[in-house]
Amino acid sequence: MKRILKNKLASAGLLIITVISLFAIFAPVITAYQPNDINITDSLLAPSAAHWMGTDLLGRDLFCRMAYGARISLIVGLIAVSISVLIGLLLGSIAGYYSGMIDAIIMRFVDIMLCFPSIFLILALVALLEPSIVIIMAVIGLTSWMGISRLVRAEILSLKERDYVLAARACGVSDFKIIMRHLIPNAIAPVIISATLGVAAAILVESSLSFLGIGVQPPTPSWGNILMDAKASLGIAWWMTFYPGLAIFITVLGYNLLGEGLRDLLIPRK
Amino acid sequence: MLSYIFKRLIMLIPLLIGISLISFLVIHLAPGKPTDVQLQLNQKVSLQVRERIEKLYGLDKPIMVQYFSWLKRMVCLDFGVSFIDSRSVSVKIAERIPVTLFISVLSLLLILCIAIPIGVFSAVWEGSFFDQAMTVFVFIGFAMPSFWLALLLMKYFGVTLHWIPVSGLKSIQFDNLSLWGKLLDYGQHLILPISISAFTGLAGLSRYMRTNMINVLQTDYIRTARAKGLSDKKIYFRHALKNALLPVITILGLSLPGLIGGSVITESIFAIPGMGKLFYDSVMARDYPVIMGVLVIGALLTLIGNLIADICYFYADPRIKNGS
Repeated sequence: MKRILKNKLASAGLLIITVISLFAIFAPVITAYQPNDINITDSLLAPSAAHWMGTDLLGRDLFCRMAYGARISLIVGLIAVSISVLIGLLLGSIAGYYSGMIDAIIMRFVDIMLCFPSIFLILALVALLEPSIVIIMAVIGLTSWMGISRLVRAEILSLKERDYVLAARACGVSDFKIIMRHLIPNAIAPVIISATLGVAAAILVESSLSFLGIGVQPPTPSWGNILMDAKASLGIAWWMTFYPGLAIFITVLGYNLLGEGLRDLLIPRK
Repeated sequence: MLSYIFKRLIMLIPLLIGISLISFLVIHLAPGKPTDVQLQLNQKVSLQVRERIEKLYGLDKPIMVQYFSWLKRMVCLDFGVSFIDSRSVSVKIAERIPVTLFISVLSLLLILCIAIPIGVFSAVWEGSFFDQAMTVFVFIGFAMPSFWLALLLMKYFGVTLHWIPVSGLKSIQFDNLSLWGKLLDYGQHLILPISISAFTGLAGLSRYMRTNMINVLQTDYIRTARAKGLSDKKIYFRHALKNALLPVITILGLSLPGLIGGSVITESIFAIPGMGKLFYDSVMARDYPVIMGVLVIGALLTLIGNLIADICYFYADPRIKNGS
């Protein structure tokens, strides 16, 4: 932790993420409104003391919707990445450890998945399964594990011939235990970095899906679907376009900064 | 050379089978049958008609049989007809591909023209003000949601300044324009979509180019060139740049799915009639044959892009050419 705070990139990223997370966690405390309080008389009010970020077409308080939207973005990002890390670790370590036929099959599967423009695959799956937050998280996770599995495989390939692994094998330790106890902990550094950058990517994907109307469905607020509403009032209400986009930008920036900072910390330069 | 291409083509076969399997599974994951949508449009359809349609699409047969008959048609690029307008899916896709490829290729060129100089000079002047400014730019580029940038630029240049049209591919009076007028009209409609599509790839490639160039500058042959007393200009542009550019060929192939995928967002924001817009519209309308067709064609385009990149690499790098 101390080392993270000493690294400029990582601490800047961590600061941004902390602020956005607090914003999301304390959403009910910091706003006097409900995200779905419709009040037609307050339609499209500019930012003021009563409505810090203005209101949307239906008179809903934008600051409040932004705070609840932050919850969606962060949760979707974190859970989608957890899914992709789990799949990536599992397939990557099996491919790397057993090599041969199993390795060839898994790696061809990775190649095949990489052929699809991922947004096509995600859109098709989400639309066919009916969009909901759970489906979105699952689909983003299921279409983004390939990079991590390649990383894990490469790490494990280089680790498995080390003496301590041979020693463990000679003592009769099971394959499962060798992978879980000895190999994965030593291969985890690049995975942590790639997962941190993955959260940023997942948040971007979720917001583009919601922006296209195939993600989080209204009335549940998400930064992406607020932007979709903003498209209709593009010339009139700048705040509707400005704040949600800025929030996505800053959050993604935060995770990218943390990821790059961790790269400096965890992988020593030659 | 020929044997290399032949080997690469053989390696494509398992990939093609995999692509077809996944596309097929994606569609069959959907709850309900594809015919439901078509039948919902017309509630009065009798049970007999329903059975006839199911038979037409082979939906009454076991799933393996369905897959193989689908595969047989796919090999001939026959994806059936669209649920919406009963036109052939391959014709619908074929008329949309040129627009998307045109935008993708132009933005790829734009990315190359901007990212390579940025990367090279950041590496040459490593740690300078320019390098630091470009690092900041890269972080901004990575974090910028393309659809937000699109909205902001649309608002500023289109709505506030009225400089350029914000949607579609041509103006209403397009048919009355002269040849130059037509080109100018296309240009005005395409400048924003192309810049936005380019912006999203810019950060990645310039960073990549910088890393490559820094690595090349540390090699022995560059040290030899310096020791020989060559001018900086010659070292950087004759010796280093050539080698740093090689891996970019592969990256260009790999960036293709991103560009084609990105077309969904840019094309639907700017209402450009390309493949991305077609895909978006069919997803919204649950037009299964078109969704399946675009999925397969999108993956095939990526495969072809990677194949071309590999062959170019083979030509460009004498080490591989003479080694094999």
